[in-house]
Amino acid sequence: MPPIIAVSNVSKTYASGLVALKGVSLDIAPGEIFALLGPNGAGKTTLIGIICGIVNASGGTVTVGGHDNVTEYRAARSLIGLVPQELATDTFETVWATVSFSRGLFGKSPNPAFIEQVLKDLSLYERRHSKIMTLSGGMKRRVMIAKALAHEPQILFLDEPTAGVDVELRRSMWELIRKLRDVGVTIILTTHYIEEAEEMADRIGVINKGEIVLVEEKAELIRKLGQKQLILDLAQPLAALPPELARRNLVLAGDGQQLVYTYDTKGEHTGITALLNELSAAGIRFKDLNTKQSSLEDIFVGLVSGK
Amino acid sequence: MNWRGVYAIYKFEMARMRRTLLQSVVSPVISTVLYFVVFGSAIGGRITDMQGVSYGAFIVPGLIMLTILTNSVANASFGIYFPRFLGTIYEILSAPISGLEIALGCVGAAATKSIILGLIVLATAGLFVPLDIAHPVAMIGFLVLTAITFSLFGFLIGIWADNFEKLQVIPLLVITPLTFLGGAFYSIHVLPPAWQTVTLFNPIVYLISGFRWSFFNVADVSPGVSLAMTAGFLSLCVLAVYWVFRTGYRLKT
Repeated sequence: MPPIIAVSNVSKTYASGLVALKGVSLDIAPGEIFALLGPNGAGKTTLIGIICGIVNASGGTVTVGGHDNVTEYRAARSLIGLVPQELATDTFETVWATVSFSRGLFGKSPNPAFIEQVLKDLSLYERRHSKIMTLSGGMKRRVMIAKALAHEPQILFLDEPTAGVDVELRRSMWELIRKLRDVGVTIILTTHYIEEAEEMADRIGVINKGEIVLVEEKAELIRKLGQKQLILDLAQPLAALPPELARRNLVLAGDGQQLVYTYDTKGEHTGITALLNELSAAGIRFKDLNTKQSSLEDIFVGLVSGK
Repeated sequence: MNWRGVYAIYKFEMARMRRTLLQSVVSPVISTVLYFVVFGSAIGGRITDMQGVSYGAFIVPGLIMLTILTNSVANASFGIYFPRFLGTIYEILSAPISGLEIALGCVGAAATKSIILGLIVLATAGLFVPLDIAHPVAMIGFLVLTAITFSLFGFLIGIWADNFEKLQVIPLLVITPLTFLGGAFYSIHVLPPAWQTVTLFNPIVYLISGFRWSFFNVADVSPGVSLAMTAGFLSLCVLAVYWVFRTGYRLKT
């Protein structure tokens, strides 16, 4: 299936001389949830801005649904709904008016029934006649999502959707994103909450210092880069590691109550059998054991810290 | 053309105007009444006819122009500056709508409002002095053309300004003085010849002269020249708006 968004060698240097993007190429598949991860200032928002037409690229091309986003901007932009990071709302307008405005702006004929459904999905319907200035921060964020959905976009950009949002609202937003994906909307979200990408995404791209460092299926990424830890709860605490066990990747933790063994899941031999045999030979017994997969966060920190 | 988008912007701007209806209608009406009390009755009684027109009636076209110019600039500049200030401009920039369409919605609404205000001032003036309009069609034509031109000019100011102070500078320091010096309250023929020549560099002279001609059939410069100057300024503003959206000046980084 051809990509719904194809970013090809896009670069951006701001007038100040700041290089925000260095030849970024990226394909987004229709219907997927793509998470763009990166530290602050990595170029996430610039990249979204260029795709959506808010920022002029210094070089490269972007096509959306096969339409060049500069020469065929009308067709390209019609497909996209954008929820930017900053809360920016028409404070004096009512919820209903501002969402209806968005639909009109994108050239769609009025459809009150659709607007009603969007507002209901976002739990805003009760407040439809309220002025935006009277809403809470979380509600304003949802108003911005409603505006982005008002013209029935095939692609939804969510730039840091859950920054500064409470846990309950974050959960309900994740729920909404899944529902949208189920009806075929492609979703691109940026976040620096690893947990969010881990929870939501089908694929993950990591951007750092204006370059895409990696793009991978989430599960594959965790498997490929993942290290695992084997944690043994000892029957008797140890004061120090016995010399015969002083091998790499084995440390004593929890005041001598635990042994932690780190191994690579990609390795041909994990060394677990050998370790257990050695423990037994040394007379060290344990009452419990468990393993832990390294999280995306560990992987991410490893990538952007220049490993 | 994304006509629905144009209409959405137009409607949005008109709704903003409805919210501030009281101050936007009452204040020009009050200032018109004040001008008539001061110039028409108190001072105007001592002034002889100006170009064969009673002084009270003579100032009516100038007062309407004053209202049109200041309101067109103020409304259109605020209309585009405020979304930039709030950050809501992102939505307009990411929508499938061209720069000229955005300008059309925004400028159309600002011009509509100042035309309405101009007509209100005209009606208010009618309470004080008898008004016979010699060329009603030309009068409406000048009114509409001026409202559109200066709304475009205001739109450009709203794009150029990066703070609220700059938004006020041009209307206060340029438009209002040029209107007063442009013959709103006198015929430029009462000036010494040297100043008459200087005045001809003031574009507002042509607007007021042409507009006054449509009322009383008297003019400082020929109505054809007035029309040409207005059209010329309009074209300049259209070109500037086109350039703004082509380059993304102050709108896109």
